[in-house]
Amino acid sequence: MALTLETRDLTIRFGGHVAVNGVSCTFKPGELTAIVGPNGAGKTTYFNLISGQLRPTAGTIFFDGADITQLSAPLRTRAGLGRAFQLTNLFPNLSVEENVRLAVQAANGTHYDMLRPWMVRRDLIARADEILDRVALGNRRQVTATALSHGDQRKLEVALMIALEPKVFMFDEPTAGMSIDEVPVVLNLIAQLKQDASKIILLVEHKMDVVRSLADRIIVLHNGQLVADGKPAEVIASPIVQEAYLGVAPGRSAA
Amino acid sequence: MMILSGDPPRSRVLSILLVVIILALAATPFLFPGAKAMNVAAQICIFAALVASYDLLLGYTGSVSFAHTMFYGIGSYAIAIALYSMGPVWAAVATGIAVGLPLAALLALAIGLFSLRVAAIFFAMVTLAVASAFQVLASQLSWLTGGEDGRSFQLPELLRPGTVLISKSLIGFELNGRVLTYYLVLIAAATMILCLLRVVNSPFGRVLQAIRENRFRAEALGFRTVFHLTYANCIAALVAAGAGMLNALWLRYAGPDTSLSFTIMLDILLMVVIGGMGTIYGAIIGASIFILAQNYLQALMGAASKAAADAGLPLLPGLLHPDRWLLWLGLLFIASVYFFPTGVVGRLRGAGSAKH
Ligand SMILES: Nc1ncnc2c1ncn2[C@@H]1O[C@H](COP(=O)(O)OP(=O)(O)OP(=O)(O)O)[C@@H](O)[C@H]1O
Ligand SMILES: [Mg+2]
Repeated sequence: MALTLETRDLTIRFGGHVAVNGVSCTFKPGELTAIVGPNGAGKTTYFNLISGQLRPTAGTIFFDGADITQLSAPLRTRAGLGRAFQLTNLFPNLSVEENVRLAVQAANGTHYDMLRPWMVRRDLIARADEILDRVALGNRRQVTATALSHGDQRKLEVALMIALEPKVFMFDEPTAGMSIDEVPVVLNLIAQLKQDASKIILLVEHKMDVVRSLADRIIVLHNGQLVADGKPAEVIASPIVQEAYLGVAPGRSAA
Repeated sequence: MMILSGDPPRSRVLSILLVVIILALAATPFLFPGAKAMNVAAQICIFAALVASYDLLLGYTGSVSFAHTMFYGIGSYAIAIALYSMGPVWAAVATGIAVGLPLAALLALAIGLFSLRVAAIFFAMVTLAVASAFQVLASQLSWLTGGEDGRSFQLPELLRPGTVLISKSLIGFELNGRVLTYYLVLIAAATMILCLLRVVNSPFGRVLQAIRENRFRAEALGFRTVFHLTYANCIAALVAAGAGMLNALWLRYAGPDTSLSFTIMLDILLMVVIGGMGTIYGAIIGASIFILAQNYLQALMGAASKAAADAGLPLLPGLLHPDRWLLWLGLLFIASVYFFPTGVVGRLRGAGSAKH
C-alpha cells in the first residue's frame, strides 16, 4: 500500500470552542494539497493535530498504515511528518548553520552521541550547508537566527523542515510577510519538492495565485469544518468558497 | 585541539588566566608548602569539577537543580562509609566508587524521568524536595552516616601524610602520601572537566543547547528531549558524586556540613554565575576566585586595615576590619554579577572577539 495520511473525524475543543470539527480527509503521495480558509478557521490547529503538538478530543490519525493518534510529536517527526511553523520557531541564539545542522543531526538519528566533538561529523555540517544554499541563505551561515530579517527567518524555518527529509511536508503560510523578491525562492523550492512523486505536501496559503499555480487539490476549512474538497478550479469556483473564504456573494465571479 | 573537544577558551586573556591557574595548581605542593595552601588548591580542584557539572545543567540545558549537593554528598558518604566500615584498604575505595556512582546515576535517572517531562519549575521543586529529604535521611541514619558528626576515616597506607615516597634530601621537597593524594585530586578533577567539555561539545551536547533555546522546536525536530535532559542530569550527578569522593578522600571525612548543606549549593550557584554559565571554563575561574576570596580575603583585609590605621586614615580601618569580610565578599559578588552578567568568561570572550 502506498504511503497515505488520513484524519478521521478529527476534532479538538478548546473549552466551548470547537477549533477543528470532525475533519475526515486522506492525503496521497505526489499530490500537493492546499488548505485554505479564513483567519481562525482552524488550519494551524489541524496541522498541530497532525504533527502531534496537540492531542485531539476525538478522532483518529493514520499514517503509513498505522494509527499515530497517541504518538508524541518527536516520534511523529521521526515517522516522517515534517512541519514548518506559521509563527517562526527557531533556535534564536544559535547560528543559522547550527539551526539547520541540528535538524540534519536529528534526521541522521544522531541523538545521544556524546563521545565525539560535533565538528568531527563533517557530513552533518556539509549537508546543512547544502540545504542553506538551496534556500539562498548560504551567505548568512554564521549569523545568529535572531539577527536574520523576517524573510530570511521564514526561509530558515523551511530549511529546518527540508533538513528532516520527511515524507510529508507541512507548510504553514511559508511566504507570509515576505518581501516580493524573496517569495520566489520558497515557491520554487516547493515546486521542486513536488517533483518527487513519493511525497505528500500540505500547504496552508492565503494567496490565491500561489494556490492556483501549485496545488493539485484544495480543501477548505471554515469554522473548523471541512466545507469543500476538490480540484483547484472547481473549489475556487464553488459558491461556498466564494462566500465563505473569498467573501464574495454567490453568483458573482472573483476573477 | 581535540583534548578540548574543539572548544578552546577563545580569548587570549582567558587562555592566559587558565594556564596560570592550572600551573599554580600543579605546582602548589612545591611552590607553597604548608597545609593551608594545599587545602585551598585541593578545594579549587574539587569545586571546579563540581561547578562544571552544575554548569552542564544550568548553563547548557537551562534546568535549575537544587539536588547537586545531594549527589556530591552521595559520593562523599559512599567513600567515607566504605573506608570507615571496611578499614583503610583500596578495596574499600573501590567499593565506595562502585556503590556511590551507580547510586547517584540511578537517583538522577529517576528524578529526571519523573520531573523533566513537564515545565522546568517542577524539576527545580522536585530536586529541592528530594535533596531536603536526603539531608534528613542522612542525619537520621546515624548508625550508617554518623549523623551530625559525620564519618572520619583513615586512608590507605599509600595516601597517608606519613608515607614518604621520595625524601626531601633527594629532590628538594618531600613527596609524601598527602602530596600524592593532592595530585590524585587534581588529575581526577581535570579529567572530569575535560569529559564534561567533551559532552557539551558533542552532538548530544548541541541538542542540550537547542533544548535550552527552544524545547518545543527541538521536539518538533524529532528529539525526545526528556531523555536528553535526563541523561544530562545523570552525567552531572556522576561528576558531582565523583567530586564528592575526592572531597571525602582529601578531608578524610564526610559530614553534613562539608558535603550536604545548602550553603554549598549556594556557593556552587555563585561560582557558576561569577565564572560564566554555559562555558565549562567558567567553573575553573569561578571556583578559583570564590575559594581564594573565601580563604584569603579576611587576611588581606586585616593587613589593609592595619596599613590604613598606621597611615592614620579615617574610617577605612573600621571598614576594612577583618570581621567585615563577609560584607565585602557579598559586595564583591553583587559587583561581579552587575558588571559581568555573562560571567568572567563571557566578558573576556565578548571583549576578545567582536563576532560574539
Ligand atoms: N491552544 C489554543 N487554545 C485555545 N484556543 C486556540 C488554541 N489554538 C487555537 N485556538 C483557537 O482555535 C481557532 C483556530 O485557530 P487556528 O490558529 O487554527 O486558525 P488558522 O486557520 O490557522 O488561522 P490563521 O489563518 O489566522 O493562521 C482560533 O479561534 C483560535 O483562537
Ligand atoms: Mg494559522
